[in-house]
Amino acid sequence: MKSFPLIWSNLFRRRVRTFLTLFSIIAAFLLFGLLRSIAGAFEMGVNVAGVDRLMVSPKYSMVDGLPISHLAQIEAVEGVAEATHMTWFGGTYQNPTNFFPKFPVQPRVYFDLYSEYIIDPLQLDAFERIRTAAVAPADLAEQYGWRIGDRIPIEGDIWLRGDGSDLWEFELVGTYTVRDDESTFASFLFNYEYFDEARIPETQGIVSNFVVRVTDPDQAGEISARIDAQFENSINPTRTATEEEANRQFAAQVGDIGLIMNSILSAVFFTILLLTANTMTQALRERIPELAVLKTLGFTDRRVALLVLLESVLLCGLGGALGIAMSGFALQALGPELEGFLGQIEMTAATTLSGVGIALLLGVVVGLNPALSARRLQVVEALRK
Amino acid sequence: MSIVELQQVSRHFTKGRQTVEVLNGIDLNIEEGDFLALMGPSGSGKTTLLNLIGGLDQPTSGSVEVAGRQLVGLSSRKLAQWRSRNIGFIFQFYNLLPILSARRNVELPLLLTRLGGRQRRRNADVALTIVGLADRASHKPGELSGGQQQRVAIARAIVADPRILVCDEPTGDLDRETADEILDLLELLNREHGKTIIMVTHDPKAASHARHTLYLDKGNLVREAA
Repeated sequence: MKSFPLIWSNLFRRRVRTFLTLFSIIAAFLLFGLLRSIAGAFEMGVNVAGVDRLMVSPKYSMVDGLPISHLAQIEAVEGVAEATHMTWFGGTYQNPTNFFPKFPVQPRVYFDLYSEYIIDPLQLDAFERIRTAAVAPADLAEQYGWRIGDRIPIEGDIWLRGDGSDLWEFELVGTYTVRDDESTFASFLFNYEYFDEARIPETQGIVSNFVVRVTDPDQAGEISARIDAQFENSINPTRTATEEEANRQFAAQVGDIGLIMNSILSAVFFTILLLTANTMTQALRERIPELAVLKTLGFTDRRVALLVLLESVLLCGLGGALGIAMSGFALQALGPELEGFLGQIEMTAATTLSGVGIALLLGVVVGLNPALSARRLQVVEALRK
Repeated sequence: MSIVELQQVSRHFTKGRQTVEVLNGIDLNIEEGDFLALMGPSGSGKTTLLNLIGGLDQPTSGSVEVAGRQLVGLSSRKLAQWRSRNIGFIFQFYNLLPILSARRNVELPLLLTRLGGRQRRRNADVALTIVGLADRASHKPGELSGGQQQRVAIARAIVADPRILVCDEPTGDLDRETADEILDLLELLNREHGKTIIMVTHDPKAASHARHTLYLDKGNLVREAA
C-alpha cells in the first residue's frame, strides 16, 4: 500500500489515454452487467415455472396457432385437471417502447390455473362479467398511472378488429399481484370472449397455446404424450411440455440467449484485452528509464514487476467496478421498462462478483507481459536509454 | 578505513563475436569520508567503474567489496536491498519521476523501509531542507529549474542516509553557476555529513571540489592527482 500513490500517479500520467482506456473498460463491463442480468432473467423465468402445468403449443412453429376446438379434447385426456388457452396479442400501448405482454384469456379458469396470481374476488367477477374488461399486474398499473375504470387503448399489430380497425380499447377492472414474486411473466389480461368476437372472422377460434394443470406432476410426461397423441394426425399437431420446458423452447426459438450474450461479451472482452494491453505496453515503453531508476534506488525486480502489474489490475479493476456499478444503476432505471417482457431483472451477487473477478483477471492478463518485461529490465542498459 | 576495495577488477562486454574490454584489472581503495573525482575521456570506463561500485553491475572478474560487503556473486535481489541501504545515486539528467512531487520523489527510497507515511514525509522534508528546497516540496520536476531538480535528486540520494553517494556527471547538464552550487552542496555533504562521494566528471573545475582525482584511460587507472 505504501506504493499506492506511485501506482496511482503512473496510471494517470497520460490522462487522455488512461481515461479513454478506462471508458472502454467501463463500457465493456456496463455491457457485461446488463447482458448477464438479462440472460439471468431468462434463466430465472425458466427456473421458477410451475411443474404441475403443461404448455400445449403448435408442433412446428409458435406462429402457427391452434384451433380452440382442441381445448375440449385436451380437457378429456386422462390426468388433465383443468385447461385453458392463451393467445399472444402483441400490440402497442401509446408507443412501441411501452412493451408488456398482453393475452386474451378465460378469466376464471386462468386465475384458477395460475394460483400464484392474487386478485380480489370482486374484481375477478367484474373481469368475467364485463366484455371489454382487463386486469393488469399492480406494478404495471402503477407504472402507467392506470386506475380502476380507466380505458386503455391498445393498437393491435397481429390482430385486427372485424371492422378493419386496429384500435382495441379495454376497461381496467382490477389489478393482481404475484405471490412471492414467483412468476416473471405477469401480463396484461383481457377477456377472450370479447377479443374473439371482435376480431376478423377468418381468425376467430385460433389461440396460441393451451395451459394444462395435471392431477399428478409425476405423470406429466405420460400426460404430455397422451395430449400430443390426440392431435398427431390432425392438421394442427401439438407439442406438449412442462411450462419450464416450454419456456426453454421459447427461449431456444428466440435463440440461445446465453450463447449469444456470451459470444458478444467474449468479442467485447477480447477487444478490451488488446486495447488495454496496448495501453500498458506503451506505458511501460515510455518509462523504462524510470523503472531503471527505481531499481537503482533499491526496488527489487519483483517489486518493480508488481508495481506494473498492480497498475494494470487497478486500471481494469476500476473500470470493471465502475462499469458494473453503472449497469446496476441502469438496470434500476430500465428495470420497470424491461420487466414487462423479461420479468424481474436484477444484478445478482453472482453477476457482480464474476464481473469484478473478470476485471481483475483481465488486469492480470494484460499486465503480465509488461510486468515480466519490467522484471527483466537491466538497470545499466535501461539507464542509457 | 577503506569503504571501497577493488582488486583486479575487469569488465568485458560481448557484442556479437567481439569482446570489448572496458576495465582491465583495476585495483582501487577509497577511504570512508573521501570525495573522489573520476576523470577520463569518453569510453574510458568511468561509468562502468561507478556502476560496479554502486552495485548496479557485476565484474567479469575480480573482487568488489563496498561498505563491508563483497558484491561479486550477490543475487539481483540482494544487490537491490544492499543498494537501498548503502548507496545514494545522483545522475547527470536528475532522473526524477515527472509525475511525482519533489517530496514524493525524495520519499521513494523510504518506501523500501519500515517507516510510516508521516515519518517518511518528515524525513523527505528534512532532506529537502538540507538541499535548500523545503519551499518547493509540492512542486513537480517540470516546475523546477535544472539546478533545483538536481538538488531534489541529491535529497533523494541522501534521504535514506547511505554511506556512499555515487554521482555520474552531476553537473554535466548545468550552467557554471548552478554547477558550482551543486558542487558546494556535495562538498557540504562530504564535510558536514561524512558522506563518501565518488563522482564521475569531465569537468576539471568540478573535479577541483574533490579531495582526490583519479584518471582512467582505456580501462586502466593511469595516475592519481591530489
